[in-house]
Amino acid sequence: MFRKLIVLLSLLALVSAGCGQAATTQQPTIKIGINAELTGDIPKVGEATKYAALMWLEDINAAGGLEVGGKKYKVELVIEDNESKAESAVAANTKLITQDEVLIIVGPQASKQAVPAGEVANNLQCPMISPWSTNPRTTLNRPWVFRACFLDPFQGPVIANFVTQEFGFKKAGVLYDVASDYPKGLAEYFKKAWEDLHGPGSVVAYESFTTKDRDFSAQLAKIIASGAEFIFTPQYYDEVPLILKQARELGWTKPIVGSDSWGSAELVNLAGELCYGLFFSTHYAAAGAKGATKAFIDRYNAKYGYVPDDVAALTWDSLLLVQKAIQDAGPLTGNLKEDRKRVRDALASIKDFEGITGKMTFTEDGDPIKAAVIVRINDRGEFEFYKHVSP
Amino acid sequence: MGFFLQNIVNALQWGSFYALIALGYSMVYSVLMLFNFAHGDIFMAGAYIGFFVASALLGLNALGIVVMPGWLLFVLTVILAMMLTSLLGMLVERIAYRPLRGAPRASAALTGMMVGIILQTGNLALLGAKRRTFPALIPTVTFQIGEASVTNTRIMIVAISVVLMLALHFFVRKTKWGMAMRAMAYDFVVVPLMGVPINSIARLAFGLGSALAAVAGILFGIAYPVLEPYMGLLVGWKAFVAAILGGRGSVLGAAVAGFLLGFIEIFVAAVFPSTLRDLIAYSIILLILTFRPHGFFGEPYSARLRL
Repeated sequence: MFRKLIVLLSLLALVSAGCGQAATTQQPTIKIGINAELTGDIPKVGEATKYAALMWLEDINAAGGLEVGGKKYKVELVIEDNESKAESAVAANTKLITQDEVLIIVGPQASKQAVPAGEVANNLQCPMISPWSTNPRTTLNRPWVFRACFLDPFQGPVIANFVTQEFGFKKAGVLYDVASDYPKGLAEYFKKAWEDLHGPGSVVAYESFTTKDRDFSAQLAKIIASGAEFIFTPQYYDEVPLILKQARELGWTKPIVGSDSWGSAELVNLAGELCYGLFFSTHYAAAGAKGATKAFIDRYNAKYGYVPDDVAALTWDSLLLVQKAIQDAGPLTGNLKEDRKRVRDALASIKDFEGITGKMTFTEDGDPIKAAVIVRINDRGEFEFYKHVSP
Repeated sequence: MGFFLQNIVNALQWGSFYALIALGYSMVYSVLMLFNFAHGDIFMAGAYIGFFVASALLGLNALGIVVMPGWLLFVLTVILAMMLTSLLGMLVERIAYRPLRGAPRASAALTGMMVGIILQTGNLALLGAKRRTFPALIPTVTFQIGEASVTNTRIMIVAISVVLMLALHFFVRKTKWGMAMRAMAYDFVVVPLMGVPINSIARLAFGLGSALAAVAGILFGIAYPVLEPYMGLLVGWKAFVAAILGGRGSVLGAAVAGFLLGFIEIFVAAVFPSTLRDLIAYSIILLILTFRPHGFFGEPYSARLRL
């Protein structure tokens, strides 16, 4: 009885597999894997990924498929949930590459998932692009792995350039948390970039504190006494409101500039009007966007009922990059290994791609050279697009 | 000179918090001979209670039910929060300390820590990890004294702290209740036999200490308006250092040591690289304790009958 059942099942499987093959021979299909954080800690990230991907697919379907080398292909998205876990992201990537036989993978988003998943993609030689992962290790020494956002170190030169161009300042003060990786790293990158521009000693105050500190008055008094023309503080919403308040109480009226860690709505809730008019660098800004970025935001908003965040925008750009890479790689041979290689090479050689999060050119490391967005917090407390700045 | 003056102003404010919180440790120690390790978290609770009282009063104000000027709002917030937080302190004493009065002292110290963790995580469970902004009850006015920037809130913080410390000192030295507390500190076996109710005195010590922690919490909220459930941890531990440094059980000592700690931290950060602040500051404290192991105003154990 049991044996019979197995025979029956395998027969069924054979038949259905045959059917599937029959369908593909009729209409050539390109499969694209999406490895997203649909459940777990950050389901909003997964949702934005999925929504942006489905919106892109809509465009492709409306055009009757994706044209590669004069031939129209049907595009199929294989969306896998990685549960916001590293091990599930690895399993999802393995499944997408070996079982679903996708041509290329978009995702995972967070570095926690993207770093281990990138290892799998690289080993199995399937191109992968993470839209949102900023950790250098995601793409480091992995020719098959790409990303659509900039890396942490990149914001140092961006801020240095922006402040120099915008204000013409020569003396910088820095205040950062020495016990936390991201602020400490960024403070160092900024110091180096600033001193490259203005000479050694131009960072006149380089002050630190430790996580959970609440009083920065001694450090701020030192910065003020040093004659710094602005303060760069790559901190989170936990400290920034306190830094702004204490600086003002010590008589500081000059600019305070931040990095993408400022980009939380909580910052405005906690700091109130203290943060109005200040600048920080980030990936993307919804308010004040123009052109294609605005069109994307309006369409997403109309379709899903809320303003898309940076994850959605970067996912959108990633899919357009994937689309361009596939088209550049054409004509496709039908041999998956060969096609994956061609798509990887095409992606690696993309130059001056006009994305909604800025213009991108890929380096051999799989990281884009792209402009960052400088955001100004306007008088209504919104993060408003101010300008693009290149490092 | 302006830089020096500015740091003195900063240190006075920062020291006020250490001093106010250290007093709570000292009060309880002088009566029960044990440190209430939940005190830092009672300070946190005081800040949150102050936050809710202030928000409620502001709400009433906005609705036009009771219209009050800012200073009255502030005074009411402080008084209500002091009362509520001292109730919390007495509750902690009743639940966590009284049942363990005969137990080994290590157990009682542990209980304090457990209560602290309960307060932190309870707050986290109840209110979530979202940060709260303490409402600005009094608009901040900044003015220059010489080359130093001073705000009205800074002056208020230091003034309120000093007045409360003097009041407490007076209470302990000149009133009957204060005398009972000092007597209890002297011997808590014989003194109850003479008719001094130990439970009432212990409750009083917890209540007063917690009320001071509530004031510290509200002033802290005004100076550093980001509230989170773990805000009492670091400040609490450092204030504990001040209490030890002042001399266990000494009100005056705790106050002086609190300000001293504030001055050391601020001036070390002002003179040396700020990365080394706590390293240098607490090495100095260690050095002081090496030469004065009983703190500034503490007595050697042997001078006490009890030990």
